[in-house]
Amino acid sequence: MTDLYTDGNALAGPLREIFAVDVTAATSQCASCGQAGPVATLRVYDHAPGLVARCPGCEEVVLRLVRGPSAAWLDMRGAVFLRVPL
Amino acid sequence: MAVVGIVTPGFRGRPRSSGPELPPGQYLTEDFPVLSAGPTPRVLTDRWEFVISTEAGQEYRWSWAELMALPSETPTVDIHCVTKWSKFGTAWQGVSLDTLMSDVDTAADFALVHSYGGYTTNLPLEDLLNGQAWIAYRYDGADLAPEHGGPARLLVPHLYFWKSAKWVRGIQLLLDDEPGFWESAGYHDYGDPWREQRYQGD
Repeated sequence: MTDLYTDGNALAGPLREIFAVDVTAATSQCASCGQAGPVATLRVYDHAPGLVARCPGCEEVVLRLVRGPSAAWLDMRGAVFLRVPL
Repeated sequence: MAVVGIVTPGFRGRPRSSGPELPPGQYLTEDFPVLSAGPTPRVLTDRWEFVISTEAGQEYRWSWAELMALPSETPTVDIHCVTKWSKFGTAWQGVSLDTLMSDVDTAADFALVHSYGGYTTNLPLEDLLNGQAWIAYRYDGADLAPEHGGPARLLVPHLYFWKSAKWVRGIQLLLDDEPGFWESAGYHDYGDPWREQRYQGD
């Protein structure tokens, strides 16, 4: 069976709730392998208790987003940086 | 012709009037949804191993053949996913953690479960003992499929199902609690479905 992921554009709505800009146009660098690219090119596993965005190069976790009823948890320890075009 | 013929032969659900109720906020599903936080690892059984490591650095290892040689149990249990589906009467075969832990010398109170593919989940060691947890390798009469955690997964059905780590490869016994993959990203440290412990602070 194929793995259940979609591309990083799936992060646009959930992240717009937290950030004022569309973060999927930003560039992230993977803390594991160093590959950099648009957030929209991450592999997002969304058949899960949260959104798990993985590096298309090494499959390590770059970003995790959990949305509870009254708060969101954003874990970016897998990203070196997020470069946001302004 | 006898009227009994209209009884649905394949229906195995519990009578709604007398069966156990669903935990709060859950709905019943008849299929078996596949949830995954990453790519499905393909682990060959001739390379598979299961390792329990203690706080003193001791390691206890089982190959696939050694796991198969241990006495197995066939628990039929209800499972509850934190994404709100529950499934009644799931039938498994596996080795009890009581069997695997019987010779392990430890003073640990906590366990961090590790999976092939990097997933982790934590729980108190006592929740793995006394007939509450298994290393399961068959489901519904067949070998456990990779998308459901095969060749073997942890089965600890009294907690939300994210604790029942797919593709289990080992258990690290610890003196202090260490949060796992979802527990470090907003989900509850313990995850009791009957107390609806979904998120931190619940």
